[in-house]
Amino acid sequence: MTDWRWADAITVRDAVSAGTVSAEEITRTLLDWVDEVDRKVDAYTQVWREEALERARNIDARRRQGEPLGPLAGVPIGLKELLCTRQGFTTCASRILAGFRSPYDATVVRRLEAADAVFLGKVNMDEFAMGSSTERSAIKVTRNPWNLNCVPGGSSGGSAAAVVSGQCAVSLGSDTGGSIRQPAALCGCVGIKPTYGRVSRYGLVAFASSLDQIGPLTRTVEDAALVLDVICGKDPMDATSAPLPAPEFLNATRTGDIRGLRVGLPKEYFTDALSDEAREAVLNAVKVLESAGASVVEVSLPHSPYAIAAYYIICTAEASANLARFDGVRYGFRHPDAKTMEEMYDLSRTAGFGPEVKRRILLGTYVLSSGYYDAYYLKAQKVRRLIKRDFDQAFEACDVIAGPTSPTPAFEFGAKTDNPLEMYLSDIYTISVNLATLPGLSIPCGLSRKGLPIGLQLIGKPFDEATLLRTARHLEKSGITDIGRPPLA
Amino acid sequence: MEFEAVIGMEVHVEINSRSKVFCACSTDFHSPPNTNVCPVCLGMPGALPVLNRDMVEKSVMVGLALNCQISRWSKMDRKNYFYPDLAKNYQISQYDLPLCHHGWIDIEVDGEVRRIRITRAHMEEDTARNTHTIAGGMSGVDFNRSGVPLLEIVTEPDIRNAREAYAYLTALKQLLQYLDVSDCNMEEGSLRAEANVSVRPVGSEKLGTKTEIKNVASFSGVQKAIDYEIHRQIEVIRSGGTIVQETRGWDPDRGVTFSQRAKESAHDYRYFPEPDLVPVVVDEAWEERIRQRLPEFPSDRRKRFMTQYGLSAYDASVLTQTRPMADYYETMLARGVDPKKAANWLMVELQGRLTEAGLEITKSPVSPDHLARLITLIEDGTISGKIAKDVLNQMFQTGSDPDTIIREQGLSQISDTSAVETVVRDVVRNHPEQAAQYRAGKEKVFAFFVGQVMKESRGKANPAIVNDLLRKILNEEGDA
Repeated sequence: MTDWRWADAITVRDAVSAGTVSAEEITRTLLDWVDEVDRKVDAYTQVWREEALERARNIDARRRQGEPLGPLAGVPIGLKELLCTRQGFTTCASRILAGFRSPYDATVVRRLEAADAVFLGKVNMDEFAMGSSTERSAIKVTRNPWNLNCVPGGSSGGSAAAVVSGQCAVSLGSDTGGSIRQPAALCGCVGIKPTYGRVSRYGLVAFASSLDQIGPLTRTVEDAALVLDVICGKDPMDATSAPLPAPEFLNATRTGDIRGLRVGLPKEYFTDALSDEAREAVLNAVKVLESAGASVVEVSLPHSPYAIAAYYIICTAEASANLARFDGVRYGFRHPDAKTMEEMYDLSRTAGFGPEVKRRILLGTYVLSSGYYDAYYLKAQKVRRLIKRDFDQAFEACDVIAGPTSPTPAFEFGAKTDNPLEMYLSDIYTISVNLATLPGLSIPCGLSRKGLPIGLQLIGKPFDEATLLRTARHLEKSGITDIGRPPLA
Repeated sequence: MEFEAVIGMEVHVEINSRSKVFCACSTDFHSPPNTNVCPVCLGMPGALPVLNRDMVEKSVMVGLALNCQISRWSKMDRKNYFYPDLAKNYQISQYDLPLCHHGWIDIEVDGEVRRIRITRAHMEEDTARNTHTIAGGMSGVDFNRSGVPLLEIVTEPDIRNAREAYAYLTALKQLLQYLDVSDCNMEEGSLRAEANVSVRPVGSEKLGTKTEIKNVASFSGVQKAIDYEIHRQIEVIRSGGTIVQETRGWDPDRGVTFSQRAKESAHDYRYFPEPDLVPVVVDEAWEERIRQRLPEFPSDRRKRFMTQYGLSAYDASVLTQTRPMADYYETMLARGVDPKKAANWLMVELQGRLTEAGLEITKSPVSPDHLARLITLIEDGTISGKIAKDVLNQMFQTGSDPDTIIREQGLSQISDTSAVETVVRDVVRNHPEQAAQYRAGKEKVFAFFVGQVMKESRGKANPAIVNDLLRKILNEEGDA
């Protein structure tokens, strides 16, 4: 008998569509498990029990009437707190949006719903996606299912923890500088940040508009491809979404091999900053690819050292404007003591935002200020172009770049909260990918000596998610990515 | 010391797109508060702007009409400041790469043509509107106007006096209305004009400190405010003072400008490129397609009216004042009426009635076809010019066509000579005394007879026939 908690999305979809199991049974099984295990993990911020069961029964009824079901029929999904849903709340894990109900659904939510997915609820994150540990949530702290004293990574920490602890088959996260890939690596699941423009951002509460991208966290590569097939594509509501035909990622993942694939290893990624065990696990995975007929070449991304600096100028600049709308005028928190317009702004924002969000708003306001714009924002944009050019040149010599997702496995709570810069360094391998608007995928490639997952990152050419998925699928078939289940029960 | 003024104008024009600049909401001005709103123009979390194509095309039309260069590649930027009428607390505008730049427009003052250079015309979104008349001392925000498309048109400081400023605004408004891209209604805020005014000693190259005059409700108000402001600044300087850079309002009752707020020198909008939108690319082919849609400009049409229809400069100017007026006129001519008669009936008779009723030509109850028909009916002698004015009154009131009115009320002129002759003979017979006076050489009495005949025929007798017959019969009877 299948244990539905650990079933992948395709298995669920096939069984529900065939009627061998009801969507209701799967939903109930998962919800019961959430009740039990989330007391330890704290991944969910809201559980939509009744609505999820109602929706599952509706899917079952439609199947009984002979209606064809969607490609995600009955698949239990958790949504990151910053995706707009009419159901429940959309808080971005911030006090300033406590109790906020969105009047509309994000495009990705509408597409998942049309594919007959079942939303179990929403999952935790760093406030406004600003963080790498989910410790910056104003709601609660989420724990790494592999070690409850460790962080799950962030900002999509709730998404990764929920998938890895069997609390949903799929979750959606968002990635601005590594927020899907880094928690996927630290929790041990598959996470893909698509090319910028691949997935509509309409209804994703913006952190940094030129970097943000929505993507799935899953337990298998094929599931990631399936979900991407459902959510990608041009959206008339997002001017930056790419007008490209839907590329059938699931088919691409299942067909073809990796013979002749040129795998690039950036020398700048294998320095002292990388832990020995992460280096070993990553190179081990690369050997698997090599033995399957791939060739390995060293490539160089010379401007990598400037990525973090450029990123923290660009993302904070954009964030300072994006978060200006949270002012207490139309929605969200308005401080009860405010007596004047200025007080309404000052008190509401002072009490509504957490320290990391405030730090970034201040940084962003500063770098855009008259007299500093050229030295910071403009220069960062130039660096961004150089980083993009580095990748363009590297991709002349290779088809996919392989390297670590994170310099270290999961760290303990509080280890980096007092030192923002050290926290920012958690994303040194992921940030360049956002700056260059490329697709990036993280997949487990082993466990550390302390039993914590290690992630391999694959970086692709623009809009070439298919090569990433095909390569990752090959690793998955080799068995090297199978790290087992976290010790929870 | 003699001073000269240096004036630049900034005009915000609401582009008459049916939907807002970044969302599909209606731009209707008359809807109840907060009914034309959506997540985008309310600045809800997660909502994204998408640029309205019609806005770009109409802005390019304006740019071309103002002889601007159209940017092949331009972008939108965020202008950051906090205010409750600004949904996102940034306004999407254009900063360093406007859609249109380096243009000019010719204006005419006292028969002299002056060329005013256009610095730029850029696209942006309007803000919401705050109201402070809500019960309980609360303020409210109406977001219907949030995201309404605006084009900001900025001149070089080429204007030298208030009359030129007035002429510029009039010419600009005329052009925008010809392009049919804006209602240009100052009361509804679809056209807002600001003047940057400074003075300097004649011959000096250096610009003086400027003040910005805002929130003036009419073009004549702008003219008066600039006049006042120039004199005020000269007075301040002559009496040893200095001009403070500030925004000034206009009090039309007292006829003075007054300080509204000092310009904070540190006002920092922190512009940066809008990452939610893609660059605005207008290639040559698109620009050309838009150029093909441009109408004949007012100055060209005025010249054509003079040469083609033989109109005076004044008549041509009045008839081309607005595009609907010129279109009305040319529709009349298409019905084959004489250009000068058509001009006269349109400018004097119809316009007089429109002005009295407070109507624009576009709302005229009399169609150009009907007015042309009325003139034709005078020409062919069906009615007299005098009767025609009464018929026009009725056309104006009922919207009916002249033939129906004339038929139903039996107003057609009696041009049948024998019928008129009977009336004339009766009148002459009934007034032997006056007939005798006429024959004795008292020519004045002739008018009396005309009046009597018209009275008897209730105005319907053809005046030309009446004249001929009266002279014939009065003289005949004398011979007898």
